[in-house]
Amino acid sequence: MSRTVLNCGYVPLVDSAPLIIARELGFASEEGLDLNLIRQPSWSALRDMLALGHLDAAQMLSPMPVAMSLGLGGLPAKIDSLMGLSANGTVFGVSARLATELGDVPFGDPHALLSALCANGPRRLRVGVPFPFSMHRLLLSYWTASAPDLTVDILTVPPPRMADAVAAGHVDAFWVGEPWGSAIVGHGIGSIAMTGRHVWGFAPEKVLAARHDWVTQNPETTRHLMRAVLHAARWLDKDKNKPLAIEILGRSEHLNLSQEVIEPAVTGVLTLTQGGAPTTVERFLMFHNHAASFPWRSQAAWIAAQLGATGADIAKAKQCFRSDLYREYLGPIGTDLPGASEKVEGAIAELTAVASSRGGMILAPDAFFDGRTFDFTASCDE
Amino acid sequence: MRKDLRILVVEADNTRAKNITDALLEAGWSDVHAIAQVSGLEQSIDEHAPDIVLIDMANPDRDTLEHIGLVSDAKARAVAMFVDQSDQDLTQAALAAGVSAYVVDGLQMNRIKSVIETAIARFQMMRQMQSELEAAKQALEDRKTIDRAKGILMRRRDMTEDAAYKLLRKAAMDQGRKVIDVAQALVTASDLLA
Repeated sequence: MSRTVLNCGYVPLVDSAPLIIARELGFASEEGLDLNLIRQPSWSALRDMLALGHLDAAQMLSPMPVAMSLGLGGLPAKIDSLMGLSANGTVFGVSARLATELGDVPFGDPHALLSALCANGPRRLRVGVPFPFSMHRLLLSYWTASAPDLTVDILTVPPPRMADAVAAGHVDAFWVGEPWGSAIVGHGIGSIAMTGRHVWGFAPEKVLAARHDWVTQNPETTRHLMRAVLHAARWLDKDKNKPLAIEILGRSEHLNLSQEVIEPAVTGVLTLTQGGAPTTVERFLMFHNHAASFPWRSQAAWIAAQLGATGADIAKAKQCFRSDLYREYLGPIGTDLPGASEKVEGAIAELTAVASSRGGMILAPDAFFDGRTFDFTASCDE
Repeated sequence: MRKDLRILVVEADNTRAKNITDALLEAGWSDVHAIAQVSGLEQSIDEHAPDIVLIDMANPDRDTLEHIGLVSDAKARAVAMFVDQSDQDLTQAALAAGVSAYVVDGLQMNRIKSVIETAIARFQMMRQMQSELEAAKQALEDRKTIDRAKGILMRRRDMTEDAAYKLLRKAAMDQGRKVIDVAQALVTASDLLA
């Protein structure tokens, strides 16, 4: 039987792992797919290629399908987020110079860090992020909004150039996905102050996206793609598989980086400053565990709200997170499905067992650093 | 057709930048500037006040440019993204050629059309030259590898050059691989064992 060729765009990052593993370990070919991974030079390029049909599917920053569906930035297009590819996995850090000025700030304490930044004087804080429509930028804006006195200039810097931007003094701080944070630490030009998880305990990071029309016209291919990615994600979250995952990701045709740079993200053991002791960050990056691949509609709503949407637009955003397809296509292969497709974001303080189809679902804390909760069920119309 | 549009070309490679600039100048636009990198792009945009910014699709700095477009003061310099989607054909052609055009809001599509078309033509020409160059380089590299593999076989198995090549070709056919792949494997193995 001939296999269906599927062109899938991605940006080489540690969290493109589910796609790379789906291809390399044969999860895609088992589903009858010839998964053609096409590396993209930028998120804008990837977005345009997907919108205009040169790519069938793509890895995207979780806010991108929402932004596109709401017509923000670039070509407006109806893009669906089929499932999560990863949760968390980003770091916030400061340049070596700013770290010296701030002095001793405990790791992973957004409140203390914000106070230190405010106390450091009325200067503007220039922060590099990978893309305007990224969880990095949303979390940065959400976190710093609680300190109106702090003036933050947000600059978009392609992640592979973030280290140069820090070294050249173009930015004072950075919010990036791995391996680029660890790369900055490795060069001794900056240090990691906290991770995305410290601001939002369980943030959708990358998603598997496709055009809404394509998804409707290609239900079988969509189903096989989702199944392949789910199997890869499940494989990735098993500890015993991590060394092999690191080896495959580092290969030249993928990230083309040494394994030492990739390892921190995959194992969750980060080195915060050059020569410092490694620090374990629980749930630093997840692919499958704790329903990381489930496209919660309430997450889409949170993203939309952060992008300034209200009412009808929030409802529209929810529709592009396809929890309905996730249930329909992945339920029959034994995937544990949560009882609801929305939750009150920020309400889970500790590991919590929730109602699910197979009864084994344990959700991880999803609290926000400021303790706020977000209930979007009022604007629900699933 | 008025040729008074201000065009800013973002291109790090000097030759390529000159190439595009020349093509646009030849086609009649006189107000064309090229800058090498986007650090400081905001100042360049303020300085040149371009109507159109042209950038290679493969340039990672596109994300930065896009961000500047989004945060710019809407009245002063609203940047509409990419090529106007009202012209799907042109957009497709630009995309295929690797041109990203950022067009200042409010500009009629028919005014920018010929700029983009000129840019597309030049991009395609450069792309073809580039791929021919790469193909030639690759062919040369492959030949070197195959020569080394033949040399290894001739030395180790005391064969003639012709016999060595035949053996490589047979091995490749038996395994359903390319001769270059078999040669590469042999060279690598031999380096490891040396």
